[in-house]
Amino acid sequence: MSKISVSNLDFYYGKAQALHGISLELPANQVIAFIGPSGCGKSTFLRTLNRMNDTIPNTRVEGEVLIDGKDINEANTDVVALRRKVGMVFQKSNPFPKSIFDNVAYGIQINGIHKDKADLTARVEKALTDAALWNEVKDRLNTSAFGLSGGQQQRLCIARALAVQPEVILMDEPASALDPMATQKIEELVVELKRQYTIIIVTHNMQQAARVSDKTAFFMLGKLVEYNPTDKMFTNPNEKLTEDYITGRFG
Amino acid sequence: MEHRIIDQQLDSLRDKVLLLGGKAETAVLRAMQALITRDSKLAEQVLEEDKIINQIELEIDRMSVEIIALYQPAAHDLRLVIAVAKITPVLERLADHAGNIAEAVLVINTEPELRQFPEMTTMSDMAAEMLRNALDAFIAEDAEASRKIIKQDRIIDSNYKKVFSDLIGMIINDPATTTSAAQLLFVAKHLERIGDYVKDLCELTVYLAEASIIKHSPRG
Repeated sequence: MSKISVSNLDFYYGKAQALHGISLELPANQVIAFIGPSGCGKSTFLRTLNRMNDTIPNTRVEGEVLIDGKDINEANTDVVALRRKVGMVFQKSNPFPKSIFDNVAYGIQINGIHKDKADLTARVEKALTDAALWNEVKDRLNTSAFGLSGGQQQRLCIARALAVQPEVILMDEPASALDPMATQKIEELVVELKRQYTIIIVTHNMQQAARVSDKTAFFMLGKLVEYNPTDKMFTNPNEKLTEDYITGRFG
Repeated sequence: MEHRIIDQQLDSLRDKVLLLGGKAETAVLRAMQALITRDSKLAEQVLEEDKIINQIELEIDRMSVEIIALYQPAAHDLRLVIAVAKITPVLERLADHAGNIAEAVLVINTEPELRQFPEMTTMSDMAAEMLRNALDAFIAEDAEASRKIIKQDRIIDSNYKKVFSDLIGMIINDPATTTSAAQLLFVAKHLERIGDYVKDLCELTVYLAEASIIKHSPRG
């Protein structure tokens, strides 16, 4: 069974329809890349997977998003629990104005996941280790998160997402503001993390999608044009539109 | 449709492959002409031209690496660069066989003339025509034409068998012909190999056009 199963999903900003009848299956423990030109709906679609669009006024969703077989748009859905299960990392790193330790500990504490202080410390260390940041920050956990480099701040945000034990991680252009070295670390991390998590990544960087993902979905004008294994998409896509986009003929 | 910077590079790459293919075709035709007319000068010219062919091969290699490194081609663009990178050594080796025929001609021309072998002419005409058509099919990315050309290789193979047995018979019946006949056996084998290389080229055109790999597949 797929981790996430989407069928006939429509999404509206007011009267403007941003997504048209999206249906696709997102398998567990894989990296799935969403690509497409700006405004194609890929980020909007990403945000429908943990109901982040709820925070935008006057929006409406129709259709079905099942996660582990349960429709997340049902009225009785615990949205806080949903967002804990489906974590998110944004384009711009957004650490809290707190210490490195507190940034990671915050989600654990407000969700009451830890047993005691030792457990909290262990969970923070694990999250930072899983985010490939521990060795760089272990000696300065109590210093401000703002003292970290851009790439480190982004990995801190990933650690923060991992700390609350999610099952799915949504990444909206997580490396677009980073230099090649920091980007490479994020990409290595993405590939490493798929053992434990299902990862969905929105990216404008075609080569990044090709490098890190198992499957790629190409969106245009709010529609899903093609969804296939990444190697197929980048060597012999089914659709001419996909070919034209990934080879830079438009977009 | 927008014109992309990579298009110019890919066009140059195609042009270079055509140039290489044209040189290889000329080498085959001249080598066989040198054999038929016993023209040692023409044979030497074939060997001289091989240096230019080698240079073109190196130039295509450099361009292919540069396109991959600088433009990161995908989908059809990628298949084109990969196909070119694999076709180039095929054409270079094909031209090497023409060079080997030219070397054989230089030896044969020091010996008394043997009778003509029409099957050998059929083989060389067929090889040159297949090569010309295969290059056209590559540029047109015509998989269907390429598949047809692949089938024509059987004609070369059957003529090769006939020439082979005739030449062996000639050596047995008249050992004085051994030097020339043995060289002609080599020539026939080179022509047979040239047909195989044209097949390889056609298989790569099918890959370029359809992204399907028909190499090592019994049905082609």
